[in-house]
Amino acid sequence: MFINFFYLLRNYGVPVSITEWMTLVEALAKGLAASSLMGFYHLARTVLVKSETHFDRYDLAFANYFDGIDTPIELTDKVLKWLEKALPPLHISPEERQQFKDWDLDELRRQLEERLRDQKGEHHGGGNWIGTGGTSRFGHSGYNPAGVRLGGQSVNKSAVKVAAERNFRGFRTDETLGVRQFEVALRKLRQLSSKVEGPKEELDIDETIKETGEKGGMLHLVWSRGRKNMVKVALIMDSGGSMMPYLRICSQLFTAMNRASHFKDLRFFFFHNCVYQHIYLDPSCQVRNSIRTEDLFHQLGSEYKVIFLGDASMAPSELLMVDGAIDWYYSNPEPGITWLQRIADRFSHSVWLNPIPAAYWERTYGSYTINLIRELFPMFELTVEGLEGAIKKLKVRK
Amino acid sequence: MLEARATFTGTSDYIASEDLQNSVNVSIALGRPLLIKGEPGTGKTMLARSIAEGMGMDLLIWNIKSTTKAKDGLYIYDTVQRLYDSQFGDHDVSDIRHYIRHGKMGEAFLSDKKVVLLIDEIDKADIEFPNDLLWELDVMSFDIPETGETVRANHRPAVIITSNAEKELPDAFLRRCVFHYISFPDAEMMKEIVRVHYPDLEQKLLEEAMKAFYWIRSIDGLQKKPSTSELLDWVQALTIGGISPAKISKELPFLGVLIKKDNDFGAVLQRLHSGQGMQRKSSGPGILRNW
Ligand SMILES: Nc1ncnc2c1ncn2[C@@H]1O[C@H](COP(=O)(O)OP(=O)(O)O)[C@@H](O)[C@H]1O
Ligand SMILES: [Mg+2]
Repeated sequence: MFINFFYLLRNYGVPVSITEWMTLVEALAKGLAASSLMGFYHLARTVLVKSETHFDRYDLAFANYFDGIDTPIELTDKVLKWLEKALPPLHISPEERQQFKDWDLDELRRQLEERLRDQKGEHHGGGNWIGTGGTSRFGHSGYNPAGVRLGGQSVNKSAVKVAAERNFRGFRTDETLGVRQFEVALRKLRQLSSKVEGPKEELDIDETIKETGEKGGMLHLVWSRGRKNMVKVALIMDSGGSMMPYLRICSQLFTAMNRASHFKDLRFFFFHNCVYQHIYLDPSCQVRNSIRTEDLFHQLGSEYKVIFLGDASMAPSELLMVDGAIDWYYSNPEPGITWLQRIADRFSHSVWLNPIPAAYWERTYGSYTINLIRELFPMFELTVEGLEGAIKKLKVRK
Repeated sequence: MLEARATFTGTSDYIASEDLQNSVNVSIALGRPLLIKGEPGTGKTMLARSIAEGMGMDLLIWNIKSTTKAKDGLYIYDTVQRLYDSQFGDHDVSDIRHYIRHGKMGEAFLSDKKVVLLIDEIDKADIEFPNDLLWELDVMSFDIPETGETVRANHRPAVIITSNAEKELPDAFLRRCVFHYISFPDAEMMKEIVRVHYPDLEQKLLEEAMKAFYWIRSIDGLQKKPSTSELLDWVQALTIGGISPAKISKELPFLGVLIKKDNDFGAVLQRLHSGQGMQRKSSGPGILRNW
């Protein structure tokens, strides 16, 4: 009966493996589901699902599979029956088989049977080998897991109802997944260098050999300080209306950057379509919360790695003309491209991330300005791969 | 020392939800490591202490740093000491065993009682680190080639592994663990947690502090949301400072105890003073202009 649950989980996108399924079988055999569907709900989730981002899919699959079983149910008999034919022919893909080559299926089956035999023995042949709620069966010598009492009050709740509550919907947001992937990519942006403070606790092999040599072979240890990431980053983001369609993916990057704790310094700036003589400190782009772009050059040394995030799509006048800025109340004595050029000159490590897929750069509405800006900054599309490429680029001078 | 107990049911100083208790017991019954994930401050590290205390076992803590290698947990061969000793000739350096120091995992294996082994913040280490531990965690033994010895676990330790989700953990590793995610406590549970730490806290002060705390957490776009530890510190500061409960949500005294980042500090104050104070559900600064 239950094996279909395995396939259903996989259909719902929970990446359950055979190893984990076997663990569940073992756990059931040990009575860890406390003979209730609620107990089974938790047990199976604990054993099968390894990320909170998959909990919601698990809930959906569970509610679907056990639909109609609304009352707490005695699983014992069913589980027993199921275990008799515990391992139906499994359709395992070759890759999967590869992953589990150290987990021989027959061997597992054998182990399981053995465990079951042991368990029956421990329970003096009693028919009810799944621990009955409330009774713990522990010997005085050592630890015997059979009959662990699980669940407590919640055992009496309806598992299907709990699953249907979908309490983990919030974690699902494939956003979280995007954020993680961005984070992983961002971690590659590091540049280690010697610390100037902190304890000296790493053996400096080269210096040790040198000093020892100089002391005529008398061992002389030289310790040095560990290294740490020296990378400083400025993220300069377009918060204009044409970015709206890309809000989600941009938020993901923003969140990932925010979470990245491994930078020596991280600064955020904003602009509306193009950068002129002011650069803003928050997305509302009001002059009263801005600094002069010139001052940016004073505040940030040229070692800062600059990441632009924007669609680079605007009317050519916004980029190329005096007073071309889109906001009617804002006047710019120099064209935007002059400012972009200055930024590119000042920061030799800089890239532009564009949420518009690269495939459209030649034919979208903004392709004219996109191509002009691409001449100043290496441009990458805002995807995990794009970010990885951008980070590689940021490690070397343009 | 307490007699070892068979199941974990929480301790007086640690509030463990029923689900969490179950996960701990499942992990121990199956002899699989328990991977605990959750925001910082949700009591992951403390859980291991509580298990040790509640079940009458010793606790061994292996704190993971970015430079930690899997092998460090097993043993370290102190070649440097041996070299030193050989130079001065006043020690017997022929027996390498004198220079083998066991790591926390080694200690846990060698202990003559079942212990709790906490591998704290596994996500700090290199991305491959968890995979390097797989074998030892599975078979509960390891070899020391330098001496030809094999260290085998006398008792399978209860292994608790925590992660703040800074890095993705490898699939092969995840498959061997059982998993529990500690959700951020809701207000009811949080009250219990605070009570555990400050049993004599004035009810009104607690209510007001909680209200302010969850309001701050609801502000989108904070770089770092305050967590349980900060709330506990804040409650203490409010008590010691003799702050009247009525002032708490109006003025957010000692806000620096809750909020560590300058940007966040500004954001919270701005929101507090933007007219309706805490009444309005915050919608956060976002990253776009308001269109
Ligand atoms: N469930 C809980 N019961 C009691 N105290 C808790 C609980 N959760 C968190 N705390 C308190 O919050 C603080 C942070 O907990 P800690 O275990 O260090 O968190 P983490 O390891 O998840 O970052 C500790 O002071 C701890 O006492
Ligand atoms: Mg911790």
